[in-house]
Amino acid sequence: MKQMTYLEAGREGLAEMMREDPTVWALGEDLGRGGVFGQYHGLQQEFGKDRIADTPISESCILGSAVGAAMMGTRPVVEMRFADFALCAVDELVNQAAKARYMFGGQARVPMVVREPSGLWRSSAAQHSQSLEAWYAHIPGLVVVMPATPADNKSLLKQAIRCDDPVVYLEHKDLWALQGPVDDDAPDLPLGKARIARAGSQITLLSWSAMFHQAMQAAELLAAQGVSAEVIDLRSLWPWDKATVCESVGRTGHLLIVHEAVRVGGFGAEIAATVSEKLFGQLKSAPARLAAPRIPISYAPTMENEVRISAEQIAAAALKQIGKINA
Amino acid sequence: MTASNFDRTRYSRFYSQMLRIRAFEQAAIKAKEEGLVLGAIHPSIGQEAAAVGVCENLKPDDILLSTHRGHGHTLSKGASPEAMMRELLGKVGGNCGGKGGSMHIADFSVGMLGANGVVGANINIAVGAAHAIKLKGEDKLVVCIFGDGAINRGPFLEGLNWAKIFNLPVLFVCEDNAYSATTHTRDTTAGEGPVARAKALGLEAQSIDGNDVVAVDIATQDYIRRVKMHGPHLLHLKTYRLGGHTSTDAAGYRPTGEADEKWNHDPLVRCRTLLTEAGVAVAELDNLEADASREMAAIYATARDAPFPPAIEAYADVQDIGDPRTEAF
Repeated sequence: MKQMTYLEAGREGLAEMMREDPTVWALGEDLGRGGVFGQYHGLQQEFGKDRIADTPISESCILGSAVGAAMMGTRPVVEMRFADFALCAVDELVNQAAKARYMFGGQARVPMVVREPSGLWRSSAAQHSQSLEAWYAHIPGLVVVMPATPADNKSLLKQAIRCDDPVVYLEHKDLWALQGPVDDDAPDLPLGKARIARAGSQITLLSWSAMFHQAMQAAELLAAQGVSAEVIDLRSLWPWDKATVCESVGRTGHLLIVHEAVRVGGFGAEIAATVSEKLFGQLKSAPARLAAPRIPISYAPTMENEVRISAEQIAAAALKQIGKINA
Repeated sequence: MTASNFDRTRYSRFYSQMLRIRAFEQAAIKAKEEGLVLGAIHPSIGQEAAAVGVCENLKPDDILLSTHRGHGHTLSKGASPEAMMRELLGKVGGNCGGKGGSMHIADFSVGMLGANGVVGANINIAVGAAHAIKLKGEDKLVVCIFGDGAINRGPFLEGLNWAKIFNLPVLFVCEDNAYSATTHTRDTTAGEGPVARAKALGLEAQSIDGNDVVAVDIATQDYIRRVKMHGPHLLHLKTYRLGGHTSTDAAGYRPTGEADEKWNHDPLVRCRTLLTEAGVAVAELDNLEADASREMAAIYATARDAPFPPAIEAYADVQDIGDPRTEAF
């Protein structure tokens, strides 16, 4: 099986969809030069300037024009450069893209993908580092996808493009260089299906995007201490795979949710509440959340690290939760 | 324009369409007063020449984007007034199945891609629709109608710039009724207005009397030809909102006598005068007026008597995946 990076996998997924479907096109700033991270490198040479369109720095028109183009039967892939910048186009996403099908009584379909490079990497501070996925999961009409691996970034992007409803597709900036196996012959994943990445029996660690990899490392640390942790990559926040999560927590009795976004009002709260409602009698501990404090993200590493969650923190929290230590 | 080259058939049709819009709005206002229209409506009384002069020049597959004050545009583009009235009343058979109401009226079957509850939001959507037309190599155009208030929103700059750099087939129409909700637009707008702003971005633009349906018709025909050859243009139609912002707004903020004076320029009266001067019989024009009143009275009655949609319809057309019900799972 071939190895490729998360970034290359996304690029290959888009290129394959553009070859397969002539109505697929991409628009955003600097795409002709590969995009700000190189996710579009070489695509304008293959597909031309009409289908890999360089746009002005006009976020509301990038997103809003895609709504019109999608309603007219094309499948635009919108590049927002940084998830933070997509906030310049909240009306276009929330009031227009997410609502058009419904408020026009089913006359409109809005098959568009909004790619939003998301999350922390290093010293990018408060306007280039945020994880805002919970906002989007709150909006009826949007699908919300957060791939964690190269294979998923290819497969889920293709499925997002095939989806007939608007998809907010949050790639993590700190994963661009992550290498991993990509199987060209594997069937594409359905949206909304979680993955049990590591089987375990004593606690369920649930995460998504970059934090999933910290959870996997935490499971290794826990194994070294004789604790068997199951790790789930949620992959999609809407729809989210309640069945897989509840089946796992039903077996382990403990759920620790880990996300990079602010804990208050984060998507972990929704999952914790749902699991509590559905599995109350089977739980051995209250579902717990490990997530960021409610502070903007800083530039200096000392302060920036206050919003980072490490594998060690996850392992410690898990041990505490299952009663192995009294920390 | 002399009587000899005045197209009586064409402008009789235009007059009839303007009468239908006026009668529709009057029926809607009546329905609102009777409590049948549940949400706000924004009547276009006084602005009928803009709607008809522009939209009568569109082919069925041309695309139209409209505003919260969009009944006239929608009717002119060919939507069924009965489906529109049912939508206003939230009834079965409404254009949007009762999910949108007045501010989200749309009829995709006639190329009407929606009114919009957010001022100026239709501009970006319109340029995207035109972008898709260009990508697909289709021979049609997009008309985007917005009000004078919209030129102070960001999408006006972003959308016009976008349309120009991508050379898209869009006709922007600024239907200037002088008021941004309840504030006079001149009090909130710097510079010379929509034409100057459009020209600054390299678009051809002109300002005309939007209450003169013949002038609007001629300018629209000219600009449609130019849009197809040279890309985006902007038409500024100066009109006047004879009523309030909504049907329940008494518009007491207007200077005394302003509206009374503007009724002297009612586009329906002006069109009727042109037709009579061109020799059309008064009885013929009276018949058109009676026809419009009869038509809208009938659709008002059938809409009133139609049922509300079943509650379960609230869960349809949200999205394909993900069960929206709270009890799901």
